[in-house]
Amino acid sequence: MEKVLMKGNEALAEGALTAGCVAFFGYPITPSSEIAEYMARKFPLLGGTFVQAESELAAINMVYGGASTGARVMTASSGPGISLKSEGISFIAEAELPCLIVNISRGGPGLGGIQPAQSDYWQATRGGGHGDYHIMVLAPSSVQEMLDFAMDAFDLADKYRIPVMIMAEGTLGQMMEPVIPRAKVTHFIDKPWAVNGCKGRAPNVVNTLHLSPEFLEHRNHVLGEKYSLIKANEQKAATFLTEDADLVVVAFGLMSRIVKKAIMEVRKKGHKVGLIRPITLWPFPEEEIRNAAQSAKMFLAVEISMGQMIDDVRLAVNGKVPVEFYGRIGMIPSPEEIAGQIIMLAEREGF
Amino acid sequence: MKIVARRPQSLTRAKTHYCPGCTHGIIHRLVAECIDEMNMRENTIGICPVGCSVLAYNYFNFDMLEAAHGRAPAIATGIKRILPERCVLTYQGDGDLASIGMAEIVHASARGENITVVFVNNTIYGMTGGQMAPTTLLGQVTTTSPYGRKKEEAGYPIRMAELLATNEGSAYISRVAVNNPANVIKAKKSIKKALQTQMKGLGFSLVEVLSTCPTNWGLGPIDAFKWLEENMIPYYPLGEFKIKEA
Amino acid sequence: MDSEKQVLFAGFGGQGVLSMGKFLTYAAMGAGKNVSWLPSYGAEMRGGTANCLVTIADDEISSPLTEHPGMAIILNQPSLDRFEEKIKPNGTLVINTSLVDRPLVRDDLTVFKIPVNQIADDMGNSHAANMILLGACLQKTNVVSTEQALEHFEIIFKGKKQSVIQKNKEAFLVGIEYAKNNW
Repeated sequence: MEKVLMKGNEALAEGALTAGCVAFFGYPITPSSEIAEYMARKFPLLGGTFVQAESELAAINMVYGGASTGARVMTASSGPGISLKSEGISFIAEAELPCLIVNISRGGPGLGGIQPAQSDYWQATRGGGHGDYHIMVLAPSSVQEMLDFAMDAFDLADKYRIPVMIMAEGTLGQMMEPVIPRAKVTHFIDKPWAVNGCKGRAPNVVNTLHLSPEFLEHRNHVLGEKYSLIKANEQKAATFLTEDADLVVVAFGLMSRIVKKAIMEVRKKGHKVGLIRPITLWPFPEEEIRNAAQSAKMFLAVEISMGQMIDDVRLAVNGKVPVEFYGRIGMIPSPEEIAGQIIMLAEREGF
Repeated sequence: MKIVARRPQSLTRAKTHYCPGCTHGIIHRLVAECIDEMNMRENTIGICPVGCSVLAYNYFNFDMLEAAHGRAPAIATGIKRILPERCVLTYQGDGDLASIGMAEIVHASARGENITVVFVNNTIYGMTGGQMAPTTLLGQVTTTSPYGRKKEEAGYPIRMAELLATNEGSAYISRVAVNNPANVIKAKKSIKKALQTQMKGLGFSLVEVLSTCPTNWGLGPIDAFKWLEENMIPYYPLGEFKIKEA
Repeated sequence: MDSEKQVLFAGFGGQGVLSMGKFLTYAAMGAGKNVSWLPSYGAEMRGGTANCLVTIADDEISSPLTEHPGMAIILNQPSLDRFEEKIKPNGTLVINTSLVDRPLVRDDLTVFKIPVNQIADDMGNSHAANMILLGACLQKTNVVSTEQALEHFEIIFKGKKQSVIQKNKEAFLVGIEYAKNNW
């Protein structure tokens, strides 16, 4: 298909539509509002549903309702809105309902700023809400991936009965790049658990309250087994020049592109540096990092935050080699700045 | 030389960021003049919303607090309960008050919190680029009602003044407009009455101010005033909906 | 990666700054380049300034962001005030002298001046300013060749009336001539 110039937010929305999403529930918040606006334009023409909810809290509960019918539904917001959704996400995760939640991230905490950031990593991967649960988290780094990952998210959500989050920095939502559209999805799996009217079957119940302590433990184990299965099968990362690398940089999303440019510059100076770009933030690509830790001498986590993903890098490296950190928040580091940091590190360590 | 007009003490010298033709400027001035005339500047604590007036803490010259979207009445409650002698006022837009903050405003009014709310209604979300508000009129085009607001999809606009007037805890509820000089004068009188209601301890007060958003309505400032008069006032009638005397 | 060029467009909201950037982006895409377009957004837009950054490269674009563009197209004075210091050393600056009249602070930049609003008025088409500026820029800097841009006019202005496309083409050609004769 021909390439089309699209804004990140719109490409994501288009990906969702291509994947058969039939409803969007959300509330405007910079820098994600274009997703809501795109759906408001398209759904009336396609016969789908657009609702501007009264708040992000109401929106996630609308998603809870929509998802429980078996339909592909989604919401989109930014950090402060995702915070509001936390209770709902915990409920959806326990009820094992598939859905897409989008965080076009901005600086925090509090009202923060509207510049892109990666400081919602813990919120996304550590649950955010209460209880022992996880959601899958995907981190695109290009407008094409915004479209592709929206489609992947719905497939993964349906396959594992789990909420899937796409977390993309504000810049990615706002920028335009050429995109190749994808073919419409026409085949969807059966959802016998859905609450959509019990004609011809025993009634289904969607609930998350389990007063029996034994049953609650059992439920948590059921969820735990699901998460183990996902961890075993769905870790995803991209690598760049890691085979002979002494220093391996770990960065995701927009930051990974800036780091890649920096690495190309640093390689010209003779230092052996590589990049691991996590694509799934949960499950974190521990295997890839563990493998790299066999031969690398040091890891460097680079994030647009005060350092959150670095925790997962350290866990995966498991003390084998040192893990350093470089990050900015509010300001986005330039490739030159990152290259400078890498060279400083490389020279200090003698790589 | 006799001074015939001056910047109110309760406004700072800061240059505002509002768009040309925005009525926030007028409303800020009215609030500030009332505070000055009641000699309350040092006794006042204001809470600003998430919306175009999110930076109002740079423009009002008294203690100011920034609230999360919609939560200003709850924050105001926290302050007024601890410092009942102070004048506590919130300044909120349609998204802040009538959408995400609906629970907070209804309950602050139901509890009869002795706070004053200035509610700026311009039927649209300005700061985020022109999305539909709970106050957007039927048929009105916004970025999330691109074909005009349809009652089948998005229901009807909400009349907040009438709604809150039904609560016993509400002591003074009014609706005014700032689309012409006569209305601006009436608006100021109403805002002052609301503040006096608070200082007399009579209960919850709110002034809904019908305002314009030329940028997101796609109109020049003068046409925007006309649009307000022809479209908003018929649906949102001006007047006082609740008055509790001492 | 050295083929990567970054062009900043800056002016006031309503001057068509974002559209100018989009034109260049579409032209570059049509010419088979990798390209990205990044606008200022959100509350930054209230109060009236607008800017966008266009990145054009033969290879995969590593970073659509920069604090220091190699080239800046400045349409009004507040934009010059904001961005003059940020342009890369020895970078290129194109100024709309109809709305900018102060002397520059930097002396290392390659500067091209053009009074686009005036030329547009002389043409009898005050909306033509942006296309005149684009024609002149592309003629001089060859960020995307003028031939490639002209070839893709129909695609870039898809959906617009023929008369609109013609008017824009005319303005674009006027810009090309200006650059040929003056820069």
